[in-house]
Amino acid sequence: MNIIEVRNVTKEYSNHTALDDVSISIPKGCIFGLLGPNGAGKTSLIRIINQITGPDKGEVLFDGQPLNSSHISRIGYLPEERGLYKKMKVGEQLLYLAQLKGLTQKQAMDKLKTWFIKFDIKTWWDKSVSDLSKGMQQKVQFVSTVLHEPDLIILDEPFSGFDPINANLIRDEILELKQKGSTIIFSTHRMETVEELCDHIALIHKSKKVLDGPKNVIKEQFKTHTYFVEYKGHLDELDPIYQVLDQKELENGYSRSNIHLYDDASPNALLLNMLSKVEIRAFGENIPSMSDIFMRSVNEVPEA
Amino acid sequence: MRNIFLVIKREYLVRVKKKSFLIMTLLGPILFVGFYATVIWVAMGSVDTKTVQVLDESGLFKKEFKDSESLKFTFIDTSLDSAKAGFQKSDVNALVYIPGDVIQNPKSVRIYAAKNVSMDLKSDIEKVIEKQIEEIKLAEAGITHKILEDSRVNVNSETISLSDEGEKTSSSGAATVIGGICAFLIYMSVFIYGTQVMRGITEEKTSRIVEVIISSVKPFQLMLGKIIGVALVGLTQFVLWILLTTALTSAASAVLGSKMSNDPAQMAQEMQKVQVPNQAMQGNGVENPVAEVLGAVSSLNIPLILGCFLFYYLGGYLLYSALFGAVGAAVDNDADTQQFMLPITLPIIFSFVFAQFVLRDPDGTLAFWTSMIPFTSPIIMMVRVPFGVPAWEIALSMFLLVLGFVGTTWLAARIYRVGILMYGKKVTYKELAKWIFYK
Repeated sequence: MNIIEVRNVTKEYSNHTALDDVSISIPKGCIFGLLGPNGAGKTSLIRIINQITGPDKGEVLFDGQPLNSSHISRIGYLPEERGLYKKMKVGEQLLYLAQLKGLTQKQAMDKLKTWFIKFDIKTWWDKSVSDLSKGMQQKVQFVSTVLHEPDLIILDEPFSGFDPINANLIRDEILELKQKGSTIIFSTHRMETVEELCDHIALIHKSKKVLDGPKNVIKEQFKTHTYFVEYKGHLDELDPIYQVLDQKELENGYSRSNIHLYDDASPNALLLNMLSKVEIRAFGENIPSMSDIFMRSVNEVPEA
Repeated sequence: MRNIFLVIKREYLVRVKKKSFLIMTLLGPILFVGFYATVIWVAMGSVDTKTVQVLDESGLFKKEFKDSESLKFTFIDTSLDSAKAGFQKSDVNALVYIPGDVIQNPKSVRIYAAKNVSMDLKSDIEKVIEKQIEEIKLAEAGITHKILEDSRVNVNSETISLSDEGEKTSSSGAATVIGGICAFLIYMSVFIYGTQVMRGITEEKTSRIVEVIISSVKPFQLMLGKIIGVALVGLTQFVLWILLTTALTSAASAVLGSKMSNDPAQMAQEMQKVQVPNQAMQGNGVENPVAEVLGAVSSLNIPLILGCFLFYYLGGYLLYSALFGAVGAAVDNDADTQQFMLPITLPIIFSFVFAQFVLRDPDGTLAFWTSMIPFTSPIIMMVRVPFGVPAWEIALSMFLLVLGFVGTTWLAARIYRVGILMYGKKVTYKELAKWIFYK
């Protein structure tokens, strides 16, 4: 079951097309990475899902129904450009934002208490937002995003502005939210985050979707059939089943090579082949990193 | 609807809780009452009696210098030199010397005083002498006092407006004052509260909170909530001002009560005396205009005026604050608002200028048309209402104003929803026009 179905969505502005016939499915309960270079159209898509703007063509389904205003309270959104009312008190502000998302004052109060204890920020309640540091403001805003326990949480660069300790705190919260059944959309440039957290990804480039699917499937697609091996001895550059791509000297007479295996050969055959020639210390398949996949997909798309 | 209410509540509370609101609310009536209390107090203070000696060699003025509350005249009959010598020792404030040939040589009148005499005293004395010389000269020319009295006609006509309800006495004086005050209040509040709406929107945009808010609230709801919230702040301030002013006025008159009577007409007369002492000195049947206003106010249709004021205050405010809001959404910071402010402020300023003409001719062509156009009608119609306006004109003007603010709100909403998410772009009028037609 998909929580979000984006179907052939096109969004045009007066001088450019932000989204061009984009279709994306976001399964329930996953952490979904929405990737793409700056200006690719990620924010436009997020705004459409948030009903801030509407698509020119196509439609978006939420939980199987066309988007409507009843879905607003089921979504939590943390935009990239963070912002709070500077002169409002933290507590009042969070109460206000929670009520706009459909909670009653009492519900909001109860939930806020839990979060204030959890984040150990009880003393902030009566502080003005402008008295908080940027990182503290980020925390407040994170609370406001997830307070109403939305089914879908959209986080745009959630870790920017956090120190490593708080970034970890937020990451644990995100995983806990997923555990409780929320679906999370990440929009980010930080590939290590995607690598670590995301189950599914979609990549948008120049207003078009160029890639989407479960992360492991995509990695499978991007496999180059290369393996690395660390060994002592000499390895021939060419062989009927493989080709040594490079060789690097390591310490204690060890070398490291990347080896391309021809299509029909299995890694076991390669290993057997090598066993007779060299002493092997380490062997493994080169799995493409998200960063590699990102770079390759973005560069492969012909210039418009 | 719930969200609009939440937005209204926030906008209202945030502003009402501000220190500046409290200060303005308290300071306004204090300044207002304080100003008038000072004027009255000064007026009371200057009532201490001055004694003036008159040395009248001509013998023509004995009857003319009449004692008043503030001036006491004593007549002496010595030579000028001994009078001067005696004056030094006495506590008389001034010595007036009128030589025998004053009729032929009016410039020879002298006023001696220890310190410089006040302009008021000088002109009072001059007035009396001038008048007497004039009368003597007229008499010499064969014009008797009787003819003079007859010729001095005081026209103080009563204006009677013919309306459907039949004849009723009205006072154009009172209508002018009431109309003027209403127009000024609307003019000020459109400016003050319209700018507040604009500031609020720019603040939301620059602090980037707006994207979070409009992921829960429709942009139109947010804009409308803000406009209504600020309108309520304005109404609250008006109500508090009226209550506080009333309270302070009664407190002030209680304090000053020992020195004056509580009768407002009397009070007004005292004030009038300070402002136009010469008129008060003459005191021969010149009706006091302020007292007249106070009397005539009761002849005006107060409920109608109050109702119209509320309607036009709200209508004018809604019409303009929507436009101010659109400007706030279009720009990135307060400094950039200037270029778009002019086309909005011009009609407001124009209507205030027109109001001066309309006060003089409340039923003219200019008055009619400017009270129909929604951009000027809130101010102009309020000027006209106290003078009496046909019901159909008020109805049409109100209808057009409603159309007007629905129109500007629609227009503003279209600019607003695009503008609040547009950053770092210098916006032109052409651009704004494009936004209006975005899907």
